[in-house]
Amino acid sequence: VSGDLEHRRRIQTALGKYEVKRDEKERLFQDWAGARQLAAERKWEAVNGLADHLEALVRGLEARGTRVHWASTAAQAREIIVGIARDRKARSVVKSKAMTAEEVHLNEALEQAGVEVVESDLGEFIVQLREEPPYHIVFPAMHLTRGEIQEVFQKKLGDAPSDNPEELTLVARRVLRRKYVEADLGITGANFAVAETGMIAVTENEGNARLTAALPRTMVTLLGIEKVVGRLEDLALFWPMLATAGAGQLITGYNTLYGGPRQPGEADGPEEYHVVLLDNGRTALLADAEQRDALHCIRCGACLNVCPIFRNVGGHSYGTTYCGPIGSVITPHLRELQEWKHLSYASSLCGACTEACPVGIDLHHHLLQNRRNAAAAKPRWWERLAFRWFAPVAASSRLWSLVTRLGRWTRPFHRVVLGTRLDPARAWTRTRGLPPVARQTFKEWWRKRT
Amino acid sequence: VVEETDVSEREQILGRVREALRQPSRKPHVHGVPRVPTAGGDRTIADVLPVAATDFASRVEQFLRNAEELKSDFRVVGSAVELTHNLRLLAEAEGWQKIAAHRGASVEWVVPRLGLPVMWTDPGFDARELEACGVGISECDALVAQTGSVVVTSRSAGGRALSVLPPHHVVLAREEQLVGSLPDALALLREKYAGDFPSMISFITGPSRTGDIERILVLGAHGPRKLTVILHP
Repeated sequence: VSGDLEHRRRIQTALGKYEVKRDEKERLFQDWAGARQLAAERKWEAVNGLADHLEALVRGLEARGTRVHWASTAAQAREIIVGIARDRKARSVVKSKAMTAEEVHLNEALEQAGVEVVESDLGEFIVQLREEPPYHIVFPAMHLTRGEIQEVFQKKLGDAPSDNPEELTLVARRVLRRKYVEADLGITGANFAVAETGMIAVTENEGNARLTAALPRTMVTLLGIEKVVGRLEDLALFWPMLATAGAGQLITGYNTLYGGPRQPGEADGPEEYHVVLLDNGRTALLADAEQRDALHCIRCGACLNVCPIFRNVGGHSYGTTYCGPIGSVITPHLRELQEWKHLSYASSLCGACTEACPVGIDLHHHLLQNRRNAAAAKPRWWERLAFRWFAPVAASSRLWSLVTRLGRWTRPFHRVVLGTRLDPARAWTRTRGLPPVARQTFKEWWRKRT
Repeated sequence: VVEETDVSEREQILGRVREALRQPSRKPHVHGVPRVPTAGGDRTIADVLPVAATDFASRVEQFLRNAEELKSDFRVVGSAVELTHNLRLLAEAEGWQKIAAHRGASVEWVVPRLGLPVMWTDPGFDARELEACGVGISECDALVAQTGSVVVTSRSAGGRALSVLPPHHVVLAREEQLVGSLPDALALLREKYAGDFPSMISFITGPSRTGDIERILVLGAHGPRKLTVILHP
């Protein structure tokens, strides 16, 4: 992507507009820096008292008739939700945006079980039609032009009168309204959970999560265990901070608390409410006291938006659910250090992410700590082997010039094996291009000049 | 059997959480921020948030400013007659055929005076029928001047769908319901429902919106394209 200048221009323009709005809203706060400190403290208290908070949350939810499930792994979360769908003979599911669902690959599991899954957030709906993962955790379709969106609507929905954003939105609204009325199951994610009152908080602009929680007979929320905050009043701080840092809004369009299924005396709402609490590696990150504050993250995406790496390589290059600086910090913990340590090197350590983070996560230092931990841990055998060969070559000027010359001569033949199993550089070329070898080395160039 | 596996999974996760937390972590300190505000005392949420209006007149003014930016329609009326008049004008301008409404003192007084068929949502309803209504009219629990938000719940103000399914949501608020700040609104909810919260509480700020196509603002993505808030005595 970094070679695609048009793509880069598009991302920069979108983020440029965001920055203006964000600065404008930050200035409305009486004390934005103080707000960040306060948010960091509240999250610190929440995460460091997590066990008690989770127990209180569950007590509150269950008192209103909510069924709470616990999932240690992604597979368990999938099993629980597919099970709920199967038991209720659900044929279609309408979903509002949930990064946790992306994390556990829920859509694929439901589709394999024969359930149709429809994403209702407009951006998610668009990338689902294009069969792509979301590009950004807050703006899933920010990499697409209206022309590309019109094209996919025409192809998949057979309905795209123009490339006007308003008309395209109307097409999606019409299609999704039908899906809402038909859906047997509604699935949402969560932005916060309130321990004290036993409630799940969902933040959105479109009203799609509100409809997901209103119309289907069964509602399911999948959330990470780290989402809990202590008190109801904490939301008065987190809601405007999430909106400001995330999208340059003072507060998001709909901030909604859900505590249970339809209660006696209420006009509507689901008959059943299920909450699935997901660990999936979070307790491993919790055990690392040095990086525990990475669990403070409210997924606003501010660190992505300001990151010079993200702005140049784009969200799809990471190959992870959570991209950008926060993704590079947590993915090695949530998945596997050796497999994902390379992400922590894709950083200029400029600290823009740390400065942007509304809850004060020390992001760029955590990237350094990941590098340190990766180097201290046992590397893979082929990596050790590679470095054992590399060291003597790099240490000898004769060997080095021989090898670089060899590289230059053999490079044209690389094209023959590129993309096949015979490619010796396959580990690299599978996901990215190999930079060209220079026509002459610096030494050769120098020699000619003197 | 399902119950048992759940219980053990719960114990396992909570066990891992407790084990992980045995090692304490340092209290956070955001770079460049004094630990306590210069004025002294503990920093509170109200201290850092945008300034909230204190008296009624400035609350109305702040709500109005926010409504303008959010593209909500905010009206202040002086009497019940004026309220009816405003709704009649809206009904004519938009050609409402049928009204969806949730019971409440002001709604029950004004809606029958509009002379249109009414679908009361309180006893339960069919979603398709609600969708066909041109407007949903409800009361609210509070208005928040600081942010221009309307607070509704599934118990007091229209259930879950009324405020998002019809293309226009009209909110009738009494003057004393206009509060200054978000912390005030949450405190009010706590006082009103302590121990017995409704299953849904929503802070609605402006009509439904999206910026997912080239970051261009479009209203009425899924929920209502129009939000009208009428403040009456």
